[in-house]
Amino acid sequence: MIVFVTRRVLSAIVLVLAMAIGAFFMAHAAIPDPTATLIGKTATPDQIAALRERIGLDQPLMTQFWNWFTGLLHGDFGLSWRTNTPILTDLGIRIPVTMSVVVFGLLLCAVFGTILGISAGLRPGSLVDRITKAGSVVLFAVPGYWIAVILIIVFAVHLRWFPALGYVRPDVSVTRWLSSITLPAISLALGGIVMIAEQLRNAIVTAGSSDFVRTLRSRGLGTFRIAMHLLRNAAPAAVTVLALMFVSLLGGVIVLETVFNLPGLGIATQQASQVGDIPMLLAITVTTVVFVVVVNFLLDLVLGWINPKARIR
Amino acid sequence: MSTGVIYSKANAGRPKKKITSRSVARRFFTHPGGLIPTIIVLIVIVATYCAPLIQMHDPAFIDYNLVNAMPSWQHILGGDAIGRDIWSRLIWGGQEAFLGALIVMVVGIGIGVPAGLFGGYFGGMTDSGLSWVSDALMSVPGMIVLLIVAGGTNGNMLILMAVMGVFMAPGYYRLTRAATIVVRNEPYVDAARVSGASHSRIVGSHILRVIAAPIIIQTALTAGVALGMQAGLQFIGIGDTLAPSWGGMMSDGMKSILTNPWLMVPPAFVLGIVIASFAIMGSTLGQITGTRSEKTRRVTRAERTAVRRLAQTTSLAAPEKDVAVRVRGLKVTYALAKHETEVLHGVDFEVHAGKVLGIVGESGSGKSQSVFALLDLLPGNAIPEAEGIWIDGVNVLTLAPAQRRALLGREIAYIPQEPITNLDPMFTIGRQLTEPMRAVLKMGRREAHDYAVQLLQRVGINDPKRVMRLHPHEVSGGMAQRVLIAGALSGRPKLLVADEPTTALDVTVQAEVLELLRELQAEENMALIIVTHNFGVVADICDDVTVMKDGVVIESGTVREIFSSPADPYTRELIDASLDGAESRMELDAQLDARPELEGAPA
Repeated sequence: MIVFVTRRVLSAIVLVLAMAIGAFFMAHAAIPDPTATLIGKTATPDQIAALRERIGLDQPLMTQFWNWFTGLLHGDFGLSWRTNTPILTDLGIRIPVTMSVVVFGLLLCAVFGTILGISAGLRPGSLVDRITKAGSVVLFAVPGYWIAVILIIVFAVHLRWFPALGYVRPDVSVTRWLSSITLPAISLALGGIVMIAEQLRNAIVTAGSSDFVRTLRSRGLGTFRIAMHLLRNAAPAAVTVLALMFVSLLGGVIVLETVFNLPGLGIATQQASQVGDIPMLLAITVTTVVFVVVVNFLLDLVLGWINPKARIR
Repeated sequence: MSTGVIYSKANAGRPKKKITSRSVARRFFTHPGGLIPTIIVLIVIVATYCAPLIQMHDPAFIDYNLVNAMPSWQHILGGDAIGRDIWSRLIWGGQEAFLGALIVMVVGIGIGVPAGLFGGYFGGMTDSGLSWVSDALMSVPGMIVLLIVAGGTNGNMLILMAVMGVFMAPGYYRLTRAATIVVRNEPYVDAARVSGASHSRIVGSHILRVIAAPIIIQTALTAGVALGMQAGLQFIGIGDTLAPSWGGMMSDGMKSILTNPWLMVPPAFVLGIVIASFAIMGSTLGQITGTRSEKTRRVTRAERTAVRRLAQTTSLAAPEKDVAVRVRGLKVTYALAKHETEVLHGVDFEVHAGKVLGIVGESGSGKSQSVFALLDLLPGNAIPEAEGIWIDGVNVLTLAPAQRRALLGREIAYIPQEPITNLDPMFTIGRQLTEPMRAVLKMGRREAHDYAVQLLQRVGINDPKRVMRLHPHEVSGGMAQRVLIAGALSGRPKLLVADEPTTALDVTVQAEVLELLRELQAEENMALIIVTHNFGVVADICDDVTVMKDGVVIESGTVREIFSSPADPYTRELIDASLDGAESRMELDAQLDARPELEGAPA
């Protein structure tokens, strides 16, 4: 067990570092000269030279890389080229915003996806099953911001149940915080709910056609107990989809933050992208990859725990 | 990005057999889920590329009278917040959208499919390297990378879409790789390799044909996702914000969502309907190529009740006391979507108390269907009908479903053919043994545990406490079969039905399990039905034989009668085929005596 965890942790660290290094060179290749966007086209050559010196662009690429990389290893993302303030402080404010929406969305996915998936899977061909199937076909492809627009028109503009825009911090008001992230989380989660439901349903149906189900029935077990066996067998598939969903929600939230005007990582990414603020973009990339890697690591642990065959290799 | 999720979805529709592309096309276009979305997408594409012909105004022209105008005859969709004609912007906006989706598809297929073919076909280092890259790509939200690239390219949409294609490639990669691995291991590909066909020829002629359908499905889904993500980029202000685009129009609409929500409607509607159309096309194609077998339907409660009513009117009298099981005129019909098909055509057999009946026949002869009908374990789309099925003097067809189910695990027990798949892989052996004891036999935890230990010892497992802590994948087939026998015995049944109980086992273990069954049958004085295709088994253990073929009984009799003078030539053939070269009873006994318990050893 300890060997397994150690190996997984090491490979996760290698993955994060590899992605960080890759992202650094990719970003510098994609944005060869950000001075024009950072300072404006009217800047004098002196001003440009001063800027280049401040952000270190006058040094060779490998030196820049080394400075950035050693900083990263110490947990320091450096200064934003745009605002000249520490990125870590800025991210500390933004990550809770994004994660509120993503985690709330993931929670909705887990709860409603599981309920729908179980009821569809235990009764294939029923109304719930057919609705889930139809929903998964369409909602899978329709992007979250599209759903957000519809939700805003209905629930914020017409019914006025929720605020259309803006974010309220939980330390200001928990209820207004929840209210401000509800529509974003639903928009984000709707596709995921039907996706999880569909996968779970398929896993349950597959388990239902297994030989052991007939044998359990032959021993006199009732419908409820058989259903428990089916769910237990479908659980690994459901957990796997849920973890995949996390990556997909992290991508989807970026556009949603613009729709709902939430000051999170997504808006920071857009602002950084517009001016070519490479350290900011790298910091966001590395942070996101760390989140994904941690979730995948937890997934492996959970799978090892719930799936006897995956245990301790 | 949702590439990983696309994969798992499209993967569900992976076809198992080759299907001609023409028949798929015909079924696709005659299916409403194929035809309608195709027409919608075609209409939008044609409208988009005919934009110069059908535009009513210059999409960039600003008319101050048109600011936030509602639809009118001159401007059928009205005007936007700065006074441009919405209809013209809508049809022009599609051009970039479809071009972008095309780029994503080309790049995604161009990278993903060859990589998947290489990885899947050659395996080894190539495969693990490519898979690592694919997993890494899938663990980064592509949107962030797109924004980095957008920063450097001033939002050049063509480059952005190419990058998006790279992020879509893992979906194609995993799909192609999985299909290639399956095909590579097919006998006909082996045959082609042995007969000297080159790698590229094998890939070209065999593998590509099989993966064509899943790739087309994936592409339809990718097109929808690409359109959505592209509009998402435009929505947050990336790309040429002056040129008309669907995402840009939605962004304009968002700015005035509180004052003039109408602006949002045309672009959101078109985008939504096109994305949904692509998704439905993919799903329909998946359905058509994925489901080869005919659709079944569930048998309704009314139909089952009708069968029960009919059974209550039976004129046949209950059998004599010493008949444990009597089946008369058993028919089993499967309800398919459009018609029904009968697999058993009136089967009769009976077992006397304390005796062993062998039901013999080739696979497909209906022997398993017969016992499942007897046990009430047929699948949901099967309708069993009979003049009567008496178990221990009761015509079970007249019982309510719950009453009949209550026989299972108590009066009747079942031993399956394939031991490992008949144990739930998720639970320990102990849990699976004790769960029905507690639920059905109402035992306490301790009592059930002790009883399970005792039963396992009885079926020849030396260290039952250790075995009970193991999961099914940790034991051998022979041990698993002993566990299943122990489970079947737990309710002290009067009737035990064993469906090919030794077929899946090693030859040496077969003899041991058969011997065990024989001992237990004698000890408990149960009636035992053994389904088998092997007359050797019959000779070993049975008192009576029923021979089946094509859903009917060919002949029945005592073992002695059937062996000495088989009435039907088919029976004689079966006997000859089974006994040829088989060891005699005496030899098997000698082997067993010479070798103490092999089975208790860990797997």
